[in-house]
Amino acid sequence: MTRRVVITGLGVIAPNGNGVPAFNDALRAGRSGLRRNEAMQKHGFACQVAATPSGVDELAEQAFSEELLLAMNQSHRLAALAALEAWRDAGCAVPAQDDERVNWDAGAILGTGIGGIDTIGARVVPLVDSCRVRRLGSTAVEQVMASGVSARISGLLALGNQVTTNSSACATGVEAVADGALRIRSGLAERMLCGGVEIASPYIWAGFDAMRVLCRQWNDEPERASRPLSATAAGFIPGAGAGALLVESLDSARQRGATIHAEVAGVGTNCGGHRGGGSMTAPNPESVRRCIGLALDDGKTAPEEVQAISGHLTATGADTSEVKAWAQALGRGPGELPHITSTKSLIGHTLGAAGAIETVAAVCMLRQGFIHPSLNSEDLHPEIEAFADSVPHELRELPELRVLMKAGFGFGDVNSALVLRKWEA
Amino acid sequence: METSEIQGRVLKILTPYVKDNSALENAGAETNILEDMKVNSARLVDVVLAFEDEFDIEIADEDVDSVNTVGDCVTLISEKLS
Repeated sequence: MTRRVVITGLGVIAPNGNGVPAFNDALRAGRSGLRRNEAMQKHGFACQVAATPSGVDELAEQAFSEELLLAMNQSHRLAALAALEAWRDAGCAVPAQDDERVNWDAGAILGTGIGGIDTIGARVVPLVDSCRVRRLGSTAVEQVMASGVSARISGLLALGNQVTTNSSACATGVEAVADGALRIRSGLAERMLCGGVEIASPYIWAGFDAMRVLCRQWNDEPERASRPLSATAAGFIPGAGAGALLVESLDSARQRGATIHAEVAGVGTNCGGHRGGGSMTAPNPESVRRCIGLALDDGKTAPEEVQAISGHLTATGADTSEVKAWAQALGRGPGELPHITSTKSLIGHTLGAAGAIETVAAVCMLRQGFIHPSLNSEDLHPEIEAFADSVPHELRELPELRVLMKAGFGFGDVNSALVLRKWEA
Repeated sequence: METSEIQGRVLKILTPYVKDNSALENAGAETNILEDMKVNSARLVDVVLAFEDEFDIEIADEDVDSVNTVGDCVTLISEKLS
């Protein structure tokens, strides 16, 4: 019999709230985390709005030893804070650093889109270029190696199962949850900390600004700058943060008496192969539909069971095709499409963290039965006007919510989708 | 600079890296940095960089090879300062 997989822990550092209680409140209130960004202004970006979490260093200083802090760059700090919250939320104890026991049944898949570019920009490039290589010290490698974020968590929690960092651009966070769920379902692990992280850095955002995919028309009204689904959507707003979910076998969760937040019923991951309209930067629409279908099939879920969608929806031209892809994949026309919302309207696009933070948001919505408002979409794009009823401009209480789909679609034409079910014991 | 002052500043730099706090509390010239204080050997390069910054000196990689104890650090720094 197939092992069932559930989510027992949540952790988040988001532009509109650090920690799940604050984030949950921000979702319900439709609170925006977008602000005018001084670094972008200083460096001559066309887009000068970003969504970044505040108070991260203060939280890290409370949570980690001085030696650890000396070795942790921003990626490590964000990821570790979210991971520790998820671990503790699941009722798991954080082991002492001199406790030699290894937790062989627990692992981590914590991804990132770009990685430790703060270390590369502030230390590696300047020191190498000025022929002062030895001044890099011992911490540069662990900070720039992509797997540094998951390795750091392993050290904090003595994780002894698979510990890795996945990277699939903006689909990273959703893919991490999907891969963790599959590993547990296959019996290779009991608990996997899954999620993603991305830091705030002009070095990350510059390339996107140059591509003209960042919004440059709302610099004076930052909270209105992320406009998914809107006729006046003008590009995405870059964001930063981390999300983590403790994904666990139902058997293990029951044995521990853990609180179950939701079930990961189905997962789907694929790639459009850069064909049929897909490219390095655009999704093959057929692959998006197939990915949604894969998750439904995997979760033995009928399309009509899906009551809500947490879309990828970045506030670029791809939003309208995404809505149409959902409608086609679910066989639901105008007037029938489930509620569809964009967490990026509140927190911008946190890239490698997006799927993870937004899956945390999805689980919050399932647990409490609500759909958070999709901000700045009052002037819905004319191509999707027929789906207007499905887009919440204000909080929608939805106590009957049982099945929600979350998807992430990334550069490279990669896709990942989840069918999440409310847990009813 | 007095030896005792150098030793005090050396111990302050070592403090975040020390895993055995009793070794730190009872630290003297003979205290071994890796074996007694349980400092992660990979971090020694960071400790040396901190010495350079603290005392405004330069320490060659080969100088570090002979450093095992707190006293070795103090001797090396004193030589560089003179």
